[in-house]
Formats: sequence, C-alpha cells, structure tokens
Amino acid sequence: MPLLGITALSKEFGGLRALDRVSFTAEEGEILGIIGPNGAGKTTLFNLISGIYPPSGGEIIFQGKSILRLKPYQISHLGIGRTFQIVRPFQNLDVETNVLVAYGHRFYPSLWKSTGPFRQPGNLREVQTLIERTGLRSYAKHLAKNLPLGFKKRLEIARALALQPHLLLLDEPSAGLRFEESAQLMELIRQVCDQGIGVLLIEHNMHVVMDLCKRIVVLDHGSKIAEGSPEEIRSNSLVIQAYLGKEA
Amino acid sequence: MISGYLVTILITIVIYAMLAHSLNIITGHAGQISLGHAAFFGIGAYTSAMLYTEAGFPFWTSVPLAAVVAGIVGALLGVPCLRVRDDFLAITTMGINFVVEAIFLYIPFFGGAMGIGGINLPKWFGREMTKPEYFFLILVVFVFFLLLDRQLGRSWIGLAWASIREDEQAAGAMGVDVVRFKVLAFILGSAIAGLAGGFYAHFLTFIMPQNFGFGQSIVILSMVVFGGIGTRWGPIAGAIILGVLPEISRPIMEYRTLIYGVLLLGMMRFQPGGLLGPESILSKTFQRTIYRLVSPE
Ligand SMILES: Nc1ncnc2c1ncn2[C@@H]1O[C@H](COP(=O)(O)OP(=O)(O)OP(=O)(O)O)[C@@H](O)[C@H]1O
Ligand SMILES: [Mg+2]
Repeated sequence: MPLLGITALSKEFGGLRALDRVSFTAEEGEILGIIGPNGAGKTTLFNLISGIYPPSGGEIIFQGKSILRLKPYQISHLGIGRTFQIVRPFQNLDVETNVLVAYGHRFYPSLWKSTGPFRQPGNLREVQTLIERTGLRSYAKHLAKNLPLGFKKRLEIARALALQPHLLLLDEPSAGLRFEESAQLMELIRQVCDQGIGVLLIEHNMHVVMDLCKRIVVLDHGSKIAEGSPEEIRSNSLVIQAYLGKEA
Repeated sequence: MISGYLVTILITIVIYAMLAHSLNIITGHAGQISLGHAAFFGIGAYTSAMLYTEAGFPFWTSVPLAAVVAGIVGALLGVPCLRVRDDFLAITTMGINFVVEAIFLYIPFFGGAMGIGGINLPKWFGREMTKPEYFFLILVVFVFFLLLDRQLGRSWIGLAWASIREDEQAAGAMGVDVVRFKVLAFILGSAIAGLAGGFYAHFLTFIMPQNFGFGQSIVILSMVVFGGIGTRWGPIAGAIILGVLPEISRPIMEYRTLIYGVLLLGMMRFQPGGLLGPESILSKTFQRTIYRLVSPE
C-alpha cells in the first residue's frame, strides 16, 4: 500500500482547469519531485491534499483511507505537514512559539487538555530539538517576521515536522535562497526523508530535483505529462516541449 | 465614605471594563471583529431582569444564568457567523445587534420602549447590598476574569487563538481546529458580556433597549482599540478613560457615539496598536525613558 495515492484528481476554478485528472502515488521515505512550468497546478495539488479546498473530482487516499472530506486540521492530525510557496509563518510569534502551535496538535482535540499551559519543560524540550535540527537555534526567541527568508523557510519546515508527519509537502523550499542556503536546506530534506517520512517536493531548480529525487512527476496545464527517473524526465520530449514552449 | 456619585462612576467603569475585556477575547485574542457586542450585553441584562422580575429568581441565580444564556446564544450565532469571511463577520455581528435591539423594542413581552423596571440590588445578610459593597462584588468578579485571562493566555487555547489571529489558513494546516477555537472565544466573550449585563441591570434597576444598541457596541469597541487591542490592560485603560470622559463633560456624553466612532477610525489609522499596544507612541516613550534611566551616560 502506498503512503499516498492520488487518482484522477481535478480542480476547476470557474472555467479554468487548474488540475486535470492527475494520478500518482508516493511512498514512505521517498522524495517525489513535482515539477512543471508556472501555473501548471503544482500548488493547487498541495492545496487539495492539505484540504484547503475540495477537489472537483478524483480521490486522495492517505495510508489506505480517503481524506477527501476532511478539514485541513484533521488532515494535519493524520500526519500530513506542509510549507507554503509564499511563506506564512505566524509573523508576530517567536520561532519557538511558532513551532509550539503545531506541536499542540496533540492537545487541541481535547478541551480539557487545551486548558493546560503550553510552555511546559517537556514540550519545550521537544520543540528545542526540532529547532536545532532545522538550524534555527540562534533565532529561537526572534519574532518570525524578523527572520531572513531562508530561515522563514526553515521555520515552516520545523513547524510542519512538529506535526510528526508521515508525509511532508514542500512548495519550492529553495526559491529565493542563495546557493549555500539552498544546499543546506536540501541536506535537511534528505535527513527528513531518511527517517522514513515521505516528501513531495515542488521545485523549480532542476539541479536540485535531479539530485534529490529518484522519481519525478511533471505537470503542465493541470495534466500529468510525464513520470519517471531524472534521466527519463530529462530526455522526455513532452517535458522538453513544455519547458521550451514556455521559454519561447 | 465614598460619595454616591463616585461609586456610580466606579461601578459603571468596572462594567465597561468587563465588557471591553470580554470583547478583547473575541477581537483581540482570536482576531475576530465584532461590531455587535452590545447585543450580548443586552441579552444578559434582559435575561437577568426577566428572571428577577417575572420568575422571581434572586440576583444570585439570575445573573449567572444571564451569562449562561448569553453564552448559549453566542454559540448558536457564532457557529454560522464564524464560518463567513472577515468582512462579512463585521456586517453579520452588526446585524445581530440591530435584530436583538429590535426584539427588545418591539416584542411586548420584553417591555417595549419602556423597558423593564423594578430590578434591585442584590440582598445579603438579610438586607440590600449598599452600592460600595456592590462595587466590590463586581470588582472581585472582574479580577477573577483577569486571572482567568492570564491562564488562558498561557494555555493551548490562547496559543491556538494567537495562531488564528496571525494566519487562519496556516493555523489550520498546523492542526488548529479554527472554527472550534473561534466559537470558543465567541462563547466566552458573549458569556462575560452577558454577566456584565446582569450586573448592569441590577445596578441601574431599570433597562431599556437603547442601552444595548449599535452605538453601545461602538463605545465598547472604541475602549478596546483605544486602550490596546489584544493586550490585557489596554481595554481596562480604555474603559477607564473613555468611561470617565462623558461623566466629566456633558458634550462628550451627548455626542458620545459620534466622538468615539471618529476616535475609533483615527486610532485604527494612526495608532492601530492602541495606547498600551507594543508599537504605540506611549509604550515607545516609556521604553525610551526606562532605557535612558538604566543605561549609563
Ligand atoms: N484560488 C484560486 N482561484 C482561482 N484560480 C486559481 C486559484 N489557485 C490557483 N489558480 C489558478 O490555477 C492555475 C494553477 O495555479 P498553481 O498555483 O497551482 O500553479 P503552480 O504550478 O503552483 O505555479 P507556480 O510555479 O507559479 O507556483 C493558475 O492558472 C492559477 O491562476
Ligand atoms: Mg506554485
């Protein structure tokens, strides 16, 4: 059984087909690359998986169960964490508190537990560990809005990891980063994946995708036009056309 | 001995502080705009007034029940309201206020334009409470709410509210049941406003629909915004300042809704953090002064 199974997933916005009968599967401990030109529907795919809006058709099976009708918070409780293409940390909370919000997923369902104080040594210790793992230690007490972009992206990953996810959806984590920053971030993603977490990685930088992913799904105009190993994708004529067509 | 006039002002201020504090839970902590908070103030006042005058309940049960009823109405209205987008929420809550006021005004059961009279101060030790005693009673209740507020601020509930206030969509993706925590804020804020309504009714001894109109909602919101939305002491400072001003100046009393409405817009434009907010001129000056005092030349 795959970790995530997407079948004929579609989404229409008004008349526009942002996603058109897309199917693929993702496994635990695998980094699956999702690429495609601007407007291909990559972010829309993530928004459907994380329940931000309902699909127009198709099915999403996570760990053997449909998550189609679930709300975003329920999906996150099942163990799907995500980051946003345009970062959206809780700007006026510090890094530690940002991560605590997601760590609280185990308390929120019970009203009684929710009344307990969140700054408990046990909670803080676990959050501290995540902050260190994501290289945010020196920023722990800084407000999110004051972080450089690269660290905001790390914060989003730390926050998603606090959900103890089985699946992580990363939307262009290296966009806007300098080369070294991006390389460090990729190393972090590799470590996450080595722990058995499945990763869907939307990425514009071909070097990064080709380097990190054994398997890649290519979207164009809402449809899946190719799927395969980096070598197969590189030599696929449809993919070359989609990218060259855009550039021309 | 405190003069009767002073006690009246003090009681009014504590009631306003309670109202501003309760609205602050909804608007400051959970980030949900409400332009109809006076509706729940009114529901509390009318509930305790009816229970007291018609059903013969004593103060000690009619006032807590006022909070319960306002809380329940808050829950029933909150669930559909809080699913709508922010800009609709402002209009919806305003609408609720007009409907509630109209119900008090046009349904004879609630006394119509004449309102309800004959609501007395509570009895204890076999006699009626004096006004200073009443003042201390509601002050103690208010202090209890302040302590509760501090506990909530440190709890997962407070953290969930903060995340919703910051970014609702991100909060949802991080495991926060957004609707549920919004409704919780709405229930709590409405219940405390209802309790304040009960206290108000028994203090004024008669109530009328106009006491709970849209203008009153604006007054309460002005106090919160003026003092510092989302802060613990700001709404209290707002209630004290804006509560005392009309007492010492007739013109302010006459044009209160207008003046406070303009003040509200001005604050939102130039000092959105309010008097005691972290970014305000006042707190910056204060911080600078402290800094100068502690830092060596
Ligand atoms: N909420 C929305 N309402 C209407 N149209 C939308 C919405 N979200 C996305 N779209 C449209 O759907 C199409 C796919 O957008 P999407 O953001 O998924 O692309 P993408 O592959 O992530 O692109 P990029 O590489 O630029 O991030 C675009 O044409 C976009 O304008
Ligand atoms: Mg995108």
